[in-house]
Amino acid sequence: MNRADVCVVACAEVFRGDGEILAAGIGGAVTVLGARLARLTFEPDLLTSDGTCLLTGDVPALGEAPEVVEGWLPFRDHLWLVLNGRRHVMLGASQIDRHGNTNISCIGDWSRPRAQLLGVRGAPGNTRCDPTSYWIPRHSPRVFVPEVDVVSGVGTDRGAYGLRRVVTDLAVLDLGGPGGTMRLVSAHPGVSVAEVVAATGFELDVPADVPETRAPTAEELRLLDEVLDPRGLRHREVPEPRAGRAGAGGGAGAGEGAGAAGGAA
Amino acid sequence: MGKVMTVEEVVGRLESGMTVGIGGWGSRRKPMALVRGLLRSPLRDLTIVSYGGPDVGMLCAAGKVRRVVAPFVTLDSIPLEPHFRRARQEGSVEFTEYDEGMFMFGLLAAAHRLPFLPTRAGLGSDVMRVNPHLRTVRSPYGDGEELVAVPALTLDAALVHLHRADRRGNAQYLGPDPYLDDLYVKAAAGAYVSCERLVDTADLLKEGPVQSLLVSRSMVTGVVEAPGGAGFTACEPDYGRDEEAQRRYVETPWEEYVRSEQG
Repeated sequence: MNRADVCVVACAEVFRGDGEILAAGIGGAVTVLGARLARLTFEPDLLTSDGTCLLTGDVPALGEAPEVVEGWLPFRDHLWLVLNGRRHVMLGASQIDRHGNTNISCIGDWSRPRAQLLGVRGAPGNTRCDPTSYWIPRHSPRVFVPEVDVVSGVGTDRGAYGLRRVVTDLAVLDLGGPGGTMRLVSAHPGVSVAEVVAATGFELDVPADVPETRAPTAEELRLLDEVLDPRGLRHREVPEPRAGRAGAGGGAGAGEGAGAAGGAA
Repeated sequence: MGKVMTVEEVVGRLESGMTVGIGGWGSRRKPMALVRGLLRSPLRDLTIVSYGGPDVGMLCAAGKVRRVVAPFVTLDSIPLEPHFRRARQEGSVEFTEYDEGMFMFGLLAAAHRLPFLPTRAGLGSDVMRVNPHLRTVRSPYGDGEELVAVPALTLDAALVHLHRADRRGNAQYLGPDPYLDDLYVKAAAGAYVSCERLVDTADLLKEGPVQSLLVSRSMVTGVVEAPGGAGFTACEPDYGRDEEAQRRYVETPWEEYVRSEQG
């Protein structure tokens, strides 16, 4: 079991109970694998896409074309679906605050940014209209900030439809703290609560008893290794932590991270 | 009546200060032959309305743009567009930043000649803060919900690239996604379609079903045959994105890139 496997399973878990809606994983290998793994195991009615506009009848490996297509979702219909709401999306964020407000637009003053990022993409509509979760591959104080520079995705204090989970390379969090603030749900195996707190740049609600994030089952590991990600792309997104350093604060370009995350794309 | 034009003739119909919508999405099926025509022109102070990709980046780099209206600017396989980035960080372009769904409603409003369309997308976000011109409306029905009134994105001109067209401007897409190209055309006073290949009207349905006829000649001002005219962006099934050319665009200083393109 690697850290990447734990993260994929934690991402799959965000879709538990969602039923027959689109599980949209945006932002690299881990979120897409999470959606597909959930569909192949405990949430078989989920809809998943090929990353463009095909709803797949089967559940192909990362980067592989589907053999069966069950539907068509071009961008215009994706934008309709966002307003309709039968969709749970897992977005990325370059910054996130304790109410789950997120930024993918730019760093610094919006009128003359220090670093222009993607733009708000579909984050405002996604978060206002759909259940939303986040995947943050580098849990650090550069990402978990007291205040985001540009609110792209709205948080619990700005009318979010429903923020479910925030999964990082260190832990699983939700917005179940006092007043809809961020709460530690579980720490990944090998990660201490103190490490998570140190990597979070605002006050985190920490329950007295913090469980360990559940380990992947043997069947989940087999599906990841043999069916969904035989090339191991998830391990590039989540490198195995070195002893004594669980990945906090590394933050190589965390401000510019989150890649193409955030949109309806 | 035939409407076949050259790229230069299309560019000659445009004026400085116009609002120009550019079809495609990110680095996918952008009308790059027409965009390169704009780069060579004396036009300036354009307002560019786009799900932005290298079209926005190149026009910013060439100093053609006063304002960008977009929900994002990206090259897809390369997330951040270098020239748009620099323009924003240097403060050389104004920016109207909308949510993706708001942007579509702006085009839909213009296409239907409505002043605005209401939506929930944008509420609560800083899109409302950084666009102080935006207003909200309250539903006149029992729910009384407050919604964003997205103003019509009415265009002086639309530029789109499709796969096939006839000489009168009926145009067809053969790829998996139409993007919003028909909406740009319907939202514009003048619409210009470049295509991979001009075909006889009678041959349009030989390559795709009737549903692939995305744009009607009644909405089109000019047609340009431009094989490879979306490159280096993706134009499946005719060709995919030329990743090497896109990388070269990103890594080469702009003046040098322009020289190499001309050479």
